[in-house]
Amino acid sequence: MRLSSRNRAAVTFVRDILFMDTIIQQLVNGVTLGGMYALIALGYTLVYGILLMINFAHSEMFMSGAYFGLFTMLFFTDEGMIGKVTSALPWMSWLTPAREFFLGSTFGLILLFVIVFGVAAVLTGLLGMLIERVAYRPLRNAPRLAPLISAIGVSIFLQNAVLLWVDSKAIPFPSIFPVKTFAYGINSLKIFIVVASFVLLIFLDTFVSKTKIGKAMRATSQDRDAAGLMGIDINSVIALTFFIGPALGAVAGIFHGMYYGAVIFNMGFFPGIKSFTAAVLGGIGNLRGAMLGGFVLGIIESLGAGFISTGYKDVIAFVILIVVLIFKPGGLLGESVVEKV
Amino acid sequence: MASNIKNALLSDKAKPWLIALAIVAIVAAPILFQGFGQMFMVRILAVCGLYIILALGLNIVVGYAGLLDFGRIAFYAVGAYVAMWVGLPITKMLGPSLGGLSYFIALVAGAIVAAFVGFLLALPVLRLRGDYLAIVTLGFGEIVRICLNNNIFGVTNGAAGLPAAGSSLPEPFGLNWLKMNAYFTVGNNFEFSFNANVYWYFIIAVLMILAIIVVSRQDNSRLGRAWSAFREDEVAASAMGIDIYKTKVYAMVLGAVWGGVAGVTFGYFQAFVSPESFTFLESTLVLAIVVIGGMGSIPGVLVGALVIQGVPEFIRGFASSGTLDAMGVHLSAEAISNISNYRMLILGALMVIMMAVRPQGIIPSKRVARELRPATIEDAEIENQEMWDVEHHEDAPSLRRGL
Repeated sequence: MRLSSRNRAAVTFVRDILFMDTIIQQLVNGVTLGGMYALIALGYTLVYGILLMINFAHSEMFMSGAYFGLFTMLFFTDEGMIGKVTSALPWMSWLTPAREFFLGSTFGLILLFVIVFGVAAVLTGLLGMLIERVAYRPLRNAPRLAPLISAIGVSIFLQNAVLLWVDSKAIPFPSIFPVKTFAYGINSLKIFIVVASFVLLIFLDTFVSKTKIGKAMRATSQDRDAAGLMGIDINSVIALTFFIGPALGAVAGIFHGMYYGAVIFNMGFFPGIKSFTAAVLGGIGNLRGAMLGGFVLGIIESLGAGFISTGYKDVIAFVILIVVLIFKPGGLLGESVVEKV
Repeated sequence: MASNIKNALLSDKAKPWLIALAIVAIVAAPILFQGFGQMFMVRILAVCGLYIILALGLNIVVGYAGLLDFGRIAFYAVGAYVAMWVGLPITKMLGPSLGGLSYFIALVAGAIVAAFVGFLLALPVLRLRGDYLAIVTLGFGEIVRICLNNNIFGVTNGAAGLPAAGSSLPEPFGLNWLKMNAYFTVGNNFEFSFNANVYWYFIIAVLMILAIIVVSRQDNSRLGRAWSAFREDEVAASAMGIDIYKTKVYAMVLGAVWGGVAGVTFGYFQAFVSPESFTFLESTLVLAIVVIGGMGSIPGVLVGALVIQGVPEFIRGFASSGTLDAMGVHLSAEAISNISNYRMLILGALMVIMMAVRPQGIIPSKRVARELRPATIEDAEIENQEMWDVEHHEDAPSLRRGL
């Protein structure tokens, strides 16, 4: 179809009026942010689904993951740190050739990122299991708000532990990832974050819906006692949940560090409450809901920042949440259930 | 022996004596601390008092009515900013000497505005349940803080806070007179003089006692019993003729009033407000006071506030007060700042430990403990377990570990 000159003018006009470029740019940013929110939101929703508990320490899992990732990366690539390590421990001298290998070739770089993400995810997952064992398991039969306060205590403790024992200032994240920029503000890092998030989300969804362990998790979330009577080891299922959630949070934390270029001890707070918002928006306890909620929230927030006001972008996110909950009290994909505090 | 003492303390005969003792302690504490030069303690106690008022308000919402609220600090913020909006122009009008009276006008205004905000929030959100209500109140708290931070309508002066440079709140009314007349010394070491901290301490103490009286009477009123009733079972309560929605709105509004009262007093006490005082962390700390103290329990709130607000501030104040120097322990400036940095770490660990040791709170409410029906499956499990324990003394716990 050929456009008349008037139509073409109209198209240009509409594009100019609607800031088409800005919309696409903000959508790209929104999906990137949404991927991170979805990964964190899964941690909240998994724990909530099984224990009916808001794990307020989850934002600190995200933060710890970013630190674990940062230090793993520095360990393999930072010359200063390698120098210190090798002079103290001579048998670690393989680090210098390893650094050249990691930074020298594409394959090395891919391997480096696999190691960084893997180490951070495993360490954060173990930290999550430790916290569950120490702070939540003793409270499993306690009044509902007790584990919540315990979680807030863990969160305050971890933030201040990093503040006091690691660094009180932001640490720059090494910009090792090769960033190539395309049109509309799309770049290779954003593509990597979005693709990796999608892969992880699909992987987790398949894991929970197709495998036997996944079935055990679903059974536990439906009725813990009945699942126990059917021979499911409830404690291991809960421990596994507290491994998977923080591991995904750690991946999101490294994404966050790479995307914004720095990590700091209180970096978990805002992504944490927003991801929790995303989990509720999608219907808390519902895995696909958390994924959807994460992307919806990320996109709304970015569009809001681009078109209304950067200062009020969080207000927009919360107002949308309140409006959705008023009209659909169970969230986008959740069911309305009667429950009590 | 210990239970004898406990029973004696809890009997009705002991009650007037306990109250008299508490009032004597409340009056004597600042005089003693001020007299012996421990000014920081007066300030800490005053801040604890503010948090007690704030937590008493939240106790209505969470403890009595069973509604989870994560945005409590928003009402505190509303009160504090109302104090500035009312106090600054009135001071300009009346001049500095009478301007101190503006506090009492602001107090009423702050309570009314906070109640109104609570009402507006309650209308749409009270149809939500449990954790959905929690996240919406969390969102509300953040919305208020972000709006203050962004200088909404040009009246909050953004992150710089109020009062803006060039204007200030007046001296508290009558403080000068008190400074000149309420002064005495005992021996060489004891020298009491009035200052702003002591002044606000007594104002806060009066408000706190007022709040305790009002809130406990509300708890024992028809309305309070309605709250307990629907906290335990909404369906049964509404079958008994309780208008659940209306009663919930009352809980939100009456809880918000104390947020406003504490906020106005905080504004005058600090003589400065900025959005960073009203973060989500503060909301969670107020909630922690209620839960750690024991939900629905007024003595619990008092103890909880002393633990949550008092301990970290005490650590900080004690480290820098010079008392350690006097005791012969000399610390470097760096060590002092380290000690005060550790206070939040200690608070976090303390919260975890206290919940592990006493999940029902330090002083649990008797009425909550008598609940007809457990609120959750977990509570039902506990009750079943208790029944089981009563019937089979010896090997009861092993059965549950089998899962």
